[in-house]
Amino acid sequence: MTIRSRSRVTPYAALLPMAVVASLGYLGAGLWTFYISLTGSRTFPSGHFIGLAQYHRLFDNERWMLSLHNLAAYGALFVLASLAIGFLLAVFIDQHVKGEGVFRTIFLYPYAMSFVATGLVWQWLLTPGDGLDGAIRALGFEHFRLDWIVSQDHAIYTVVIATVWQASGLVMALMLAGLRGVDPEIWKAARLDGIPAWRVYAQIILPMLWPTVATVLLLLATAVAKLYDAVVAMTQGGPGIASEVPAKFIMDHLFLRSNVGLASAGAIVLLVPVLALLAPYAYARSRKEAA
Amino acid sequence: MNPQTIVPPLPATTPAAAHPASARRARRRSTPARIGLYVFLLGAALFFLLPLYVMIVTSLKTMDEIRQGGIFALPHALTLEPWRLAWSGVCTGAACDGVRTGFWNSVAITVPSTVLPILLGAVNGYALSFWRPRGANVLFGILMAGAFVPVQVMIYPLVRVMALAGIFGSLPAIVLVHLVFGMPVMTLLFRNYYCNVPHELFQAARIDGGGFWRIFLQVMLPMSLPVLVVAAIMQVTGVWNDYILGLVFAGRDNMPMMVQLNNVINTTTGTRQYNVNMAATILTALVPLALYFFSGRWFVRGIAAGAVKG
Repeated sequence: MTIRSRSRVTPYAALLPMAVVASLGYLGAGLWTFYISLTGSRTFPSGHFIGLAQYHRLFDNERWMLSLHNLAAYGALFVLASLAIGFLLAVFIDQHVKGEGVFRTIFLYPYAMSFVATGLVWQWLLTPGDGLDGAIRALGFEHFRLDWIVSQDHAIYTVVIATVWQASGLVMALMLAGLRGVDPEIWKAARLDGIPAWRVYAQIILPMLWPTVATVLLLLATAVAKLYDAVVAMTQGGPGIASEVPAKFIMDHLFLRSNVGLASAGAIVLLVPVLALLAPYAYARSRKEAA
Repeated sequence: MNPQTIVPPLPATTPAAAHPASARRARRRSTPARIGLYVFLLGAALFFLLPLYVMIVTSLKTMDEIRQGGIFALPHALTLEPWRLAWSGVCTGAACDGVRTGFWNSVAITVPSTVLPILLGAVNGYALSFWRPRGANVLFGILMAGAFVPVQVMIYPLVRVMALAGIFGSLPAIVLVHLVFGMPVMTLLFRNYYCNVPHELFQAARIDGGGFWRIFLQVMLPMSLPVLVVAAIMQVTGVWNDYILGLVFAGRDNMPMMVQLNNVINTTTGTRQYNVNMAATILTALVPLALYFFSGRWFVRGIAAGAVKG
């Protein structure tokens, strides 16, 4: 074989492992999961085709509906709070403060910690009696109660607290990078015109940072769909099933409750919002790359 | 949130490094606004530090002291016993060897799960950006999507395939899974890095008679140090902090530290050993935290590479 023809084949050979992973690992596994979601599989996959019955069952399932409801509430709060806190921190740090490096380090370190570690720490801080609740009562506020983590109606919000604590440093880092890319001339012009700083941020800077905001939104939103570790570590979906989320519903039905068909249907449903978010983003990127 | 996300080009400079200096704010007096600014930042810093402070303080107290309350109080009698127990005495299920077994399992998982995806990702990125084989775009599209898809969609088929292959619940299984989920992101990272390398450089190496591997090993790899560091940080952090994949694929004998930690804390019966639990939590967080503190801006760059606009 000549050098020329060999070097034409080598790139394909080198890409083979990835092609296998992409086609079998991603596409193949995704399609298989879709196929299983159309069958009556229980403990083991079966070829018994039942159409969309699993999806009917899924949406009749109280636990699944609750998990969707939780995810919506969690997602809205988590995304908004992380975005707001992260942006505020970035804006404040961008004011040329002393000890900027220290502040950045402090705000971002939780992101280096795993969801499990984060969840466990906050689980303890929020345990009634032993955690913050007890500490504040010991200070003399005897009627203070912080029992969200064991409350049916509030448990999911404790997951918001822990994950916002973890993620807003990342938002800050990304936003800060965006702010640092803003042309200083804009600030000079705004100052000459006497426009207050908050208005410059709200009306000029924030719209300019739209690409960064879009990326952050996509990151946070996909994190919402993947939410699992933090719930397992903090509440295990409880009390009862009060803080159940879709990813956990799927895992439980796959491995504990032997309902592979139902779990696969759930996984496919979970995929829909992720793809819906991703499609416009990928489209925008591909157009940009083509240009 | 996992750092493994989309991977646009690596910023040429550290995001935080280039600051248009004081041009923006000439005046910096101690105005009320300025004081308010610091109050806000210090308050926020306290909120962010609070859990870490409580973790450390608690891990140095005796259970008696914890029962007396005051989670913010400094320990009266400093004790390292909780740390010793967490490392080598705490029970997970039947075994009471502490989290050290998990620690070494995590090391054994993380090393190959970092090296292999990076190597393959570098080769892939190089092949995609310079050799531009046909079908590269389709592959690329699948990878983009793959980086976002919830693992639940793929977990069960992967379990079945591995069970069929007879490797389910073993070290190779968990490494393979990390490879499957890590390689796409690594490929995107390297592809974007190489896209910013002047194509003339590649052409020149071609004219000099360099083949696929020769150009990769002698030209591209030596100039890839920055992206290699970023890739390593992303991968080590991601694999070390992983819970769900380790839970499903690693099996009992290779249980990574995160799974063990959750078992230690969430399955204990009787009184909770908060001091031991907090020491164990710090121990498991130590590797990524150390990486974060020592690599500093590289870490930020690593996660920014996974996120900043393309």
